[in-house]
Amino acid sequence: MNFDLKVNGESHSVDVDPDTPLLWVLRDNLELTGTKFGCGIAQCGACTVHLDGKAQRACVLPVQAVGDQAITTIEGISTDRGHPVQQAWIDEQVPQCGYCQSGMIMAVTSLLAENTQPTDDDIDGAITNICRCGTYNRIRKAIHRAASA
Amino acid sequence: MNANQLSRRQFLKSSTLAGGALVIGFHLPLSRRRAQAIAASDTAINAWLKIHADNTVTVLVGSSEMGQGVFTSIPMLLAEELEIDWSDVRAEMAPVAPAYTNLIFNMQATGGSTTIRSFYEALRQVGANTRELLVAAAAQDMGVYAGECVVAKGIVTHTASGEARKYAEVASIAAQLTPPENTALKPASDWKILGTPAQRLDVPAKVDGSAGFGVDVQIDGMLVATVRDCPVFGGKLKSVDDKPALAVAGVKAVIPLETAFIVVADGYWPAKKGADRLQPEWDFGQNADNSSEKISTLLASGLEQAGNNAHTVGDAKVALQAAAKTIEAIYESPILAHSTMEPMNATASVTADGVEVWAPTQGQGIVPQVVNGVLGTPVEKVQVHTTFLGGGFGRRFEMDFVVYALLASKVVGAPVKVMWSREEDTQHDFYRPPSLAKVQGGLTEDNKLVVMQAHIVSPSIMSRVFPDWVQNGIDSSSVEGIADSPYSIPNMSVDYVMQEVGVPVGFWRSVGNSQNGFVMESFMDELADAGGIDPVELRRQLLHDKPDQLAVLNKLAEVSNWGNPGEGRHQGVAIVESFGSIVGEVAEVSVDNDELTLHKVTCVVDCGTIINPDTVEAQMQSSIIYGLTAALYGEITIDQGRVQQSNFHDYQMVRFAQTPEIDVHLAPSGRELGGIGEPALPPLAPAVANAIFSATGKRARKLPLTKDIQLTV
Repeated sequence: MNFDLKVNGESHSVDVDPDTPLLWVLRDNLELTGTKFGCGIAQCGACTVHLDGKAQRACVLPVQAVGDQAITTIEGISTDRGHPVQQAWIDEQVPQCGYCQSGMIMAVTSLLAENTQPTDDDIDGAITNICRCGTYNRIRKAIHRAASA
Repeated sequence: MNANQLSRRQFLKSSTLAGGALVIGFHLPLSRRRAQAIAASDTAINAWLKIHADNTVTVLVGSSEMGQGVFTSIPMLLAEELEIDWSDVRAEMAPVAPAYTNLIFNMQATGGSTTIRSFYEALRQVGANTRELLVAAAAQDMGVYAGECVVAKGIVTHTASGEARKYAEVASIAAQLTPPENTALKPASDWKILGTPAQRLDVPAKVDGSAGFGVDVQIDGMLVATVRDCPVFGGKLKSVDDKPALAVAGVKAVIPLETAFIVVADGYWPAKKGADRLQPEWDFGQNADNSSEKISTLLASGLEQAGNNAHTVGDAKVALQAAAKTIEAIYESPILAHSTMEPMNATASVTADGVEVWAPTQGQGIVPQVVNGVLGTPVEKVQVHTTFLGGGFGRRFEMDFVVYALLASKVVGAPVKVMWSREEDTQHDFYRPPSLAKVQGGLTEDNKLVVMQAHIVSPSIMSRVFPDWVQNGIDSSSVEGIADSPYSIPNMSVDYVMQEVGVPVGFWRSVGNSQNGFVMESFMDELADAGGIDPVELRRQLLHDKPDQLAVLNKLAEVSNWGNPGEGRHQGVAIVESFGSIVGEVAEVSVDNDELTLHKVTCVVDCGTIINPDTVEAQMQSSIIYGLTAALYGEITIDQGRVQQSNFHDYQMVRFAQTPEIDVHLAPSGRELGGIGEPALPPLAPAVANAIFSATGKRARKLPLTKDIQLTV
């Protein structure tokens, strides 16, 4: 089935089964591989993208449910790593293996759009993504840094 | 572990290549044909660095980057002696070649916190030799003596005249000269890059989604597959009707294998859908009835058996009888999965001309032999591309995920990326071995620890991976953390019973230290309590003749404000030396209505010499969180021969809400260089367990810590 998607400001048409999660459309059909597969059950957040600016877990979101919502992936938040959240990630030297960080950054940019000055409790509640390298404390610092940028 | 090391001379001899970039590296005996192939190519094979026209330098990193920072620290070693600005340094992953052999393993592989220990001397030497070569080339070009030149930031300057040459300008001249071999290395006091926080070279690509992990590999004509292994370890596939999978749009093939089947499609989703629809018939084999209860019984039976002696000091038996006070305890550690964020995967392209493999692997140097073993391809026709690893922790030392990609590509005649589901990854791991340890200790009348005896029962990793390393029935990785303890205990005996349990086991971050550190440091706390001694004071007594360890302990007591926790909080201490580094940790907890909160972990590390301080700190934070997940939640259970956990909903990970404040203090003593990827893990569980004891009087002797004491997290 054909689906017209708006991804990072560009229109794409894909022919996939309607139940295909957006994650796999992005990765396998559009070759936007910055969005990662971690669990497939919306537990880890590695697949986080924005739909109309709000964080969504793409691994459980069937492409047929996207409709005309604008999709933003990690590749779409800046062209030069200039987004304040990316800059904060660099300044705090957050990534280790880096696999979860696309999803972390997308979750955090969504949080900061709704809550410009999140407290530590806000972060604990809102960012439930998993990082096996344990970069949580650096992410926390980076969030506060980005919030004050 | 140092057997068969390459000679220093072999390791350091330089070679130069054509192709615009000066390539300096190792020159090991190569066939003429291969040597010609290298010379005709401008690709840096068997070499460490390329100097580009803009005077930037690319360092080829032959060790795997799995988060631990070698993609940055390896280039730092070279750059320091090469006299170039850190901002001019780039890195790329190297191919498989003898040049990149880890000198501790004698293979190109990454693990055991060995990378910097392996390359610390050698790569500084390569950098220094290359610098002198470039100075000589510049001097020749300027018609002056090399001794009249100074070098800084990649520019050689003739002091008297002020005339100068960039490295890039004289690289082609340097390529004609014979490189020096034993240039003197700088004293640490002259270091400009080493020991100073450096920005990681992989961070930019890891904040914009462009970093290439194994799952991101895209090859022309590539298909995507997923694998389903027999749910019971050791079971076999009897048959599988492939029709339901082939009915899914996009599914190309179902490949039955001896123990598994692979569904190949034009994307992951159809492959997974196809696999979900199949109803394979399995022969579950001899482990079909295995269960956690059976495993516990097996391990417990090992407590009744005489073990092989791994370590003896004095006479523990006699000393235990003579001791004024003795205590005994049994500690139990569960099976653990690795749960790397990136599930297992690999991509292979098998053609008549050879085999190409793209893999997030810790053991790229082994891949050519694996390909040879599986497909018969000559090793020189195997090309290996190491991607970034989305976590490793020992799991990616295994080759199972590579083999599936090879078989799939061979059968369908196209490049295939085989991606595992999280469920498959969780249920088909090579797990941290379960372990049971009975320990006894004795104190004198004046409460001095005079004897300790440990009897450890666990399956062996080495007997499968490196059988030669098992000697006299002892797998040293099963007793490390106790048998090699730095504590001065006048009578000590450590025995080991190798007890297989029907579950495949492998290296898991910090290996045996992860269980045995828990045993040792929890038991020290029990002994301190039995003797009415402060836990830090007991350790001070046991480390009185170990100045480096004592220094870490004393620093830890100071910076953690030992003995003065915040109101309502309780502290626990642990100190473990592993992988050549000493790490002490103090956990600060509160327990309120059986609800545990870990507020803070204070960590002091002596890794001898620091390469990138920011990475040392990051690795302490990392191991503490990884260890905390294991301490609070980690337990793989077996029922009907299969792993009961499958994904992050039933195999919990620490997230933001459980992450304590972590305060890391670097205390390098200048002792021999140690590793940093693992040694902060072993002290974490005992520090938390000891803090829980301080708070509640309850002793957690089983991991996870909530298993046999009433606690919620």
